Amino acid sequence: MAQMTMIQAITDALRTELKNDENVLVYGEDVGQNGGVFRATEGLQKEFGEERVFDTPLAESGIGGLSIGLALQGYRPVPEIQFFGFVYEAMDAINGQMARMRYRSGGTYSQPVTIRSPFGGGVHTPELHADSLEGLIAQQPGMKVVIPSTPYDAKGLLISSIRDNDPVLFLEHMKLYRSFRGEVPEKEYTIELGKADVKREGSDVTLVAYGAMVHASLKAAEELEKDGIQAEVIDLRTVMPFDIDTILESVKKTNRVVVVQEAQRQAGLAAQIVTEIQERAILHLEAPVLRVAAPDTVYPFSQAEEVWLPNYKDIIEKVDKVINF
Amino acid sequence: MKRTIENVESQFEMFQIINEDGEIVNQEAMPNLSDEELKELMHRMVYTRILDQRSIALNRQGRLGFYAPTAGQEASQLGSQFALEKDDFILPGYRDVPQLIWHGLPLYQAFLFSRGHFHGNQMPEGVNALSPQIIIGAQITQAAGVALGMKKRGKKAVAITYTGDGGTSQGDFYEGMNFAGAYQAPAIFVVQNNRFAISVPVEKQTAAQTLAQKAVAAGIEGIQVDGMDVLAVYAATKDARERGINGEGPTLIETLTYRYGPHTMAGDDPTRYRTDDLDNEWEKKDPLVRFRKFLEGKGLWSEDEENKVIDQAKEEIKAAIKKADEQPKQKVTDLISYMYEELPSNLKEQMEEYKEKESK
Repeated sequence: MAQMTMIQAITDALRTELKNDENVLVYGEDVGQNGGVFRATEGLQKEFGEERVFDTPLAESGIGGLSIGLALQGYRPVPEIQFFGFVYEAMDAINGQMARMRYRSGGTYSQPVTIRSPFGGGVHTPELHADSLEGLIAQQPGMKVVIPSTPYDAKGLLISSIRDNDPVLFLEHMKLYRSFRGEVPEKEYTIELGKADVKREGSDVTLVAYGAMVHASLKAAEELEKDGIQAEVIDLRTVMPFDIDTILESVKKTNRVVVVQEAQRQAGLAAQIVTEIQERAILHLEAPVLRVAAPDTVYPFSQAEEVWLPNYKDIIEKVDKVINF
Repeated sequence: MKRTIENVESQFEMFQIINEDGEIVNQEAMPNLSDEELKELMHRMVYTRILDQRSIALNRQGRLGFYAPTAGQEASQLGSQFALEKDDFILPGYRDVPQLIWHGLPLYQAFLFSRGHFHGNQMPEGVNALSPQIIIGAQITQAAGVALGMKKRGKKAVAITYTGDGGTSQGDFYEGMNFAGAYQAPAIFVVQNNRFAISVPVEKQTAAQTLAQKAVAAGIEGIQVDGMDVLAVYAATKDARERGINGEGPTLIETLTYRYGPHTMAGDDPTRYRTDDLDNEWEKKDPLVRFRKFLEGKGLWSEDEENKVIDQAKEEIKAAIKKADEQPKQKVTDLISYMYEELPSNLKEQMEEYKEKESK
């Protein structure tokens, strides 16, 4: 099996689907000739030609609208929003238009679009590059939101997203792009959307996380083990719809939960997850479900991001609270 | 320093074929239409004027919902649609229901759209169109995508989208034209300049003297057309379509027109922002009056003929309303079932909940 970084796994998934389905189109700002600012589309234009892999003018709303129109002509568009902080420019195209198409046409039209976009903190970007804005899209009925944390998951989830007949936002955490390698099969495979993965088993506390926070949670779990606490780490992988069954199964075993997100606390996905847990499993809980999240400020300038971003110590702090409640 | 704006604006003269008196003023631009086709154009305009009158009345009786009156804009709407083929794809704004009807949307479905029933948005097989867009300009970037898709597929077809004067102020208007231009995609952007975006006059919308000149910035063809002259609108659209399918890129068409009625039937009062003088000035340009004169001059139209269309329209409207009344009531469970191809876990639960509620 090949060892790949997440970015290589993503390129591999794109290549796989460009080969499998001639309706797949890959495009965005700098995506063609340049292979994308992170090289996610490296070599693809050369391999598949300018008809399939191409540059767009620099306008995110235009890219969103273009995708809707291409999907109406039977294509399976995979546009890139260069950095997810730029998504505000495309909010109507995504939430106002793409997400509603199946419903507003009474099932006549669908939007098999996969929007790829880098996001996430810790890599010292300028403003509006690193923000965790997944909640904006997760709040929109009609959309699905996928956030992988490993190269293996990235490939399988991206292939599934592209094959899905509804619009999917596929968010790629910049910190995870090249920070480690993992085993990725060269053959094609899919990972079902909406299914979480237990990344580490444990019996004392459940950590629910996604994206880079999966790795912070795993690090916290390692530290906690030194104190004899066995933490189970659930990687949601798809944050909308999220896999409540896997969470509940774990809660029934550990009776204690901490939900971790990189996004600000206010109106975040973690709040939704906490609510679902308490509505469905309150009698299994030995302590309130706590959250680890960033403070309710705008995403900071890069000099302040190390403190601002939630880390494994913040997670351990909350775990101590639910254990000692 | 060389100044350019005056030079650009002077290039955009209004294109007209028949004047207010029904006389041909531009013989060489006369489209090659048979007598039957000319009569069909008149038929459609008369029919649509009646449909508008009946829709307003039905709305006042509480028998229709959202409705944006169309009287005054028939030449812009129907002249452009008449230049299309079945394979062409329409992305309409909220006032552009007549184009959908003549592209194949059954009348009862147009009424269901007005009533807020999803079946009104279900285009029948072979009707290439979206239902009317509510967000001003959102359809314009989508039209670029449809057009690019057609080009990639090698189709001999165009995407045509409609907006108003206000729509040209949106960023999406420029983005749509610019994308279509960059890809030389077969898109037609029709701007029905009826002079008011609800209440804001076009003079306050932009410093541009014409809206057609906005094409220049995107590097595409632009033309200003007398939007009360059905033949001019038809000829301009036909030309844009031909250039589109020949790989010569997109076109912006500005039609100078006027809506006689309010913005919508939801409480807009045009006397707050328009004068009687202006209304009268534009009613003199009426597209039906001038085309009727033109056809009568050729011996192709009579009062009798017009009355036949009016009777037919009234009868068909009555039947369509009846059919719309018979449509099953819309349910929340229908809504849930159309959100995704396969229901995610949250909606599966909610489906059960609403099945239960709706069975009571």
